[in-house]
Amino acid sequence: MSIEVKGITKRFGAFTAVEGINLDMPSGDLVALLGPSGSGKSTLLRIIAGLETPDEGEVHLTGREATGLSARERNVGFVFQHYALFKHMTVARNIGFGLEVRKVPQAQIDRKVSELLGLIQLQGLGGRYPSQLSGGQRQRVAVARALAPEPQVLLLDEPFGALDAKVRAELRAWVRRLHDATGMTTLFVTHDQDEAMEVAHRVVIMDHGRIVQEGSPRAIFDKPATQFVADFVGESNRIEAEATEDGLVVWGPLRFAAAGVKKGQLARIYFRPHNVYVTGQLESLQVPAKIVGERFKGAFTELEMDLGAGRRLMAHLPRGLSEASGFKVGDSVWAGVTGYHVF
Amino acid sequence: MTDLTQSPPSPSGRTQRVPAAPGFHLCLGYTLFYLGLIVLLPLAALFSKAATLGAPQWWALVTDPRVLASFRVTFGCAAAAAAADLGLGLLAAWVLVRYSFPGRRLMDALIDLPIAMPTAVAGITLVTLFVPGGWIGRWLEPLGIHVAFTPLGITLALIFIGLPLMVRSVQPVLQELDPDVEEAAACLGASRWTTFRHVLLPQLAPALITGFTLSFARVIGEYGSVVFIAGNMPYKTEVVPLLIITKLEEYDYAGATALGALSLGVSFALLLIINLLKRRYASGEA
Amino acid sequence: MAGIAAPSRLGLGEAKLNQVQQDPAWARRLLIFAALLSLGLLLVLPLATILVEALGKGWGTYWAAIGDPEALAAVRLTLLTALICVPLNLVFGVVAAWLLTRYKFRGRDLLLTLVDLPFSVSPVLSGLIYVLLFGLQGWWGAWLNDHNIRVIFAVPGIVLATIFVTFPFIARELIPVLESTGKDEEEAAKVLGASPLRTFFQVTLPNIKWGLLYGVILCNARAMGEFGAVSVVSGHIRGETNTLPLHVEILYNEYQFAASFAAASLLALLALVTLLAKNIVEQRAGRERGSAQ
Repeated sequence: MSIEVKGITKRFGAFTAVEGINLDMPSGDLVALLGPSGSGKSTLLRIIAGLETPDEGEVHLTGREATGLSARERNVGFVFQHYALFKHMTVARNIGFGLEVRKVPQAQIDRKVSELLGLIQLQGLGGRYPSQLSGGQRQRVAVARALAPEPQVLLLDEPFGALDAKVRAELRAWVRRLHDATGMTTLFVTHDQDEAMEVAHRVVIMDHGRIVQEGSPRAIFDKPATQFVADFVGESNRIEAEATEDGLVVWGPLRFAAAGVKKGQLARIYFRPHNVYVTGQLESLQVPAKIVGERFKGAFTELEMDLGAGRRLMAHLPRGLSEASGFKVGDSVWAGVTGYHVF
Repeated sequence: MTDLTQSPPSPSGRTQRVPAAPGFHLCLGYTLFYLGLIVLLPLAALFSKAATLGAPQWWALVTDPRVLASFRVTFGCAAAAAAADLGLGLLAAWVLVRYSFPGRRLMDALIDLPIAMPTAVAGITLVTLFVPGGWIGRWLEPLGIHVAFTPLGITLALIFIGLPLMVRSVQPVLQELDPDVEEAAACLGASRWTTFRHVLLPQLAPALITGFTLSFARVIGEYGSVVFIAGNMPYKTEVVPLLIITKLEEYDYAGATALGALSLGVSFALLLIINLLKRRYASGEA
Repeated sequence: MAGIAAPSRLGLGEAKLNQVQQDPAWARRLLIFAALLSLGLLLVLPLATILVEALGKGWGTYWAAIGDPEALAAVRLTLLTALICVPLNLVFGVVAAWLLTRYKFRGRDLLLTLVDLPFSVSPVLSGLIYVLLFGLQGWWGAWLNDHNIRVIFAVPGIVLATIFVTFPFIARELIPVLESTGKDEEEAAKVLGASPLRTFFQVTLPNIKWGLLYGVILCNARAMGEFGAVSVVSGHIRGETNTLPLHVEILYNEYQFAASFAAASLLALLALVTLLAKNIVEQRAGRERGSAQ
């Protein structure tokens, strides 16, 4: 049930959708393909499913070469963003369709369908039609339909994109639980980084047709490999400044140690808003700053600070901390940076 | 001292009449006038004249074997033609929408020929093609297939007339089909044929039924393209419109009117039934 | 009540298919062949027949047939009928479509059915009902006779019957177009102070022009080609009340096949021009819609 992709390249006319993709997913993995629109993630997914043919490269499913096989022959489960349910068939018939096609005896189909209806928590709704279900229910039926013929892998193409925020959140958790229950190798595509980080064991970030970074959600968040990843995932403070000497980048009052940067080179420094620590009194390695903006963001407060000469920083303070310190617009505070990346 | 008490809000039960937009009455008046003069008045004349026939005359008309034969011919050939158009129309629409081939644009344009062409021209052309000496007729005669001057000929003419209505009903639906659904079926292992039969055809069914209805309605009263190829032999290839004209030429206004009213009534009833069936089928999907 | 299908002016796009939508090559070839064969027989052969039969006795006979005074009178009458019917139906079509799409009122559905009615009525009946009104034995027959006004078996009757069978075309074409363009632009114009007439000519008309043109093309084709209805009301008086289609019939029944097809060839030419015009309108409309998105 593993997926192995080697050197996959696909072009549409003059446009290269994916290039030189190598990806290994051992059996049981739950992986998210994350990237902006046009990054090639859907194309890669469809190539793995057999819905598109690559111009170069190979796809192996469960150790066997699958590149030459059509989508029909690969036995992959595929779930579409807009469900693609068969509108004129009942839920039960939708789910059983893959088995019907394989000429499985009806009794067996019925058994499997009812088992899956239980799994997706829609028992008793087998006789309904898709138009009678909510969006979230329809997507669950689509997943059940994909699972019924016991595929090798489960592929989901932006499965929650068409749903309300709340339903999306519920289904995200549901997919994670489903994966834990079935142990099926699952690969899903999303442009929503929260979704990728929350659900997947491993995240693969794509940009302009190439894989830019892969790793656990935490690794990606804490150690972005490129500027793109730092920009794309989570919020960042972005500073562009020159190195005044080898290995030292100065930005106003802030000084960053940057190994490998030569004097005079332009460096980009990224750090997360929660890596900015703000105190009323000087504690250590901080510079003076003035609060010019305060925004309530639920679990944390966002503070916008001015370091003088138009240099701005964004800091996120946990709610408790910001309330205790009582910072407000106009206050003079001390700000320092606890962790950053240099590109 | 000015009265400062507020006037109570209008009682909630009173409905507000939205004033009609300017021009509404003008448009409605003109439309009703035009329709009244062109449609309602003449139809009223038809039904009132038909009503002057007494019950025994109606009975005589309805049971007249020649009349019954003409209804059989008309509705039988119309149904057969609409059914044939189902297959032919679906084939044409499928090929036009899904495949590329030389002549595709031309074929698409020519589909509308039966609509653009005057029925009399179609009539003389079809009969010329299918008489024993005609280009097609000469191949069919030795096979024992007689087309000209038989119900088969009538049906062929009606197939010609009804084709564009069927194709244009199915074509837009085919074009707008969601590729996702076909991909889903493929991932589930279905062959192209299985996908067509179980996934695509049911989606096309409403358009096919609509096309059938339109074709059927169109060809039931068809006259110009039929009257040449039919041969117009009473009891065998006489269609209702022709019988009406024959009666008119014999100055049997009452008979012609009654027959006209009858055929109108039967057509409407049939169309109503088809429409009901269509609604029932559609509601089966909830 | 079934009416004519809302016409698809999507036009024929490219046959763009996803990989899984491709049918096996042998099936494709078979289906294309079957379609070309059957449609070729049904659609192309008739056109060829007209050409061959019309010129069967040579160009001389062809020109003689077309130049024949009765033929010319038939052409004139056909043109006259179209010239009267199309503008009248144009006005009606616009007004009726406007009424049915811009206002909500009780009886709207009934009105819609009435507009569709001629599609469900046999052409012969379409003529018969006017005979019943204006014919000698009709409701007003006696009165008309006393005043020496001929409607049936004369040009007015032909015009009336033709109006009946052709009026739905323009209205039916405009209704979906008006519905899809929506009221927004018109309301904006109103708010800016434009009068209803100005709004119509400067805002609505440009938006519906292709639908209008399409309807006019269809209406005209039917007006010039109508046979059954006109046959009933015309009286077939050669040189006076014969339209071109009737002329074709008369010649055919007299076994003057070449002459009959010669006249028919004019009508076939009209049909081809109609198809061409339709195509052009579809393409322009499609292009405009595409660039507007």
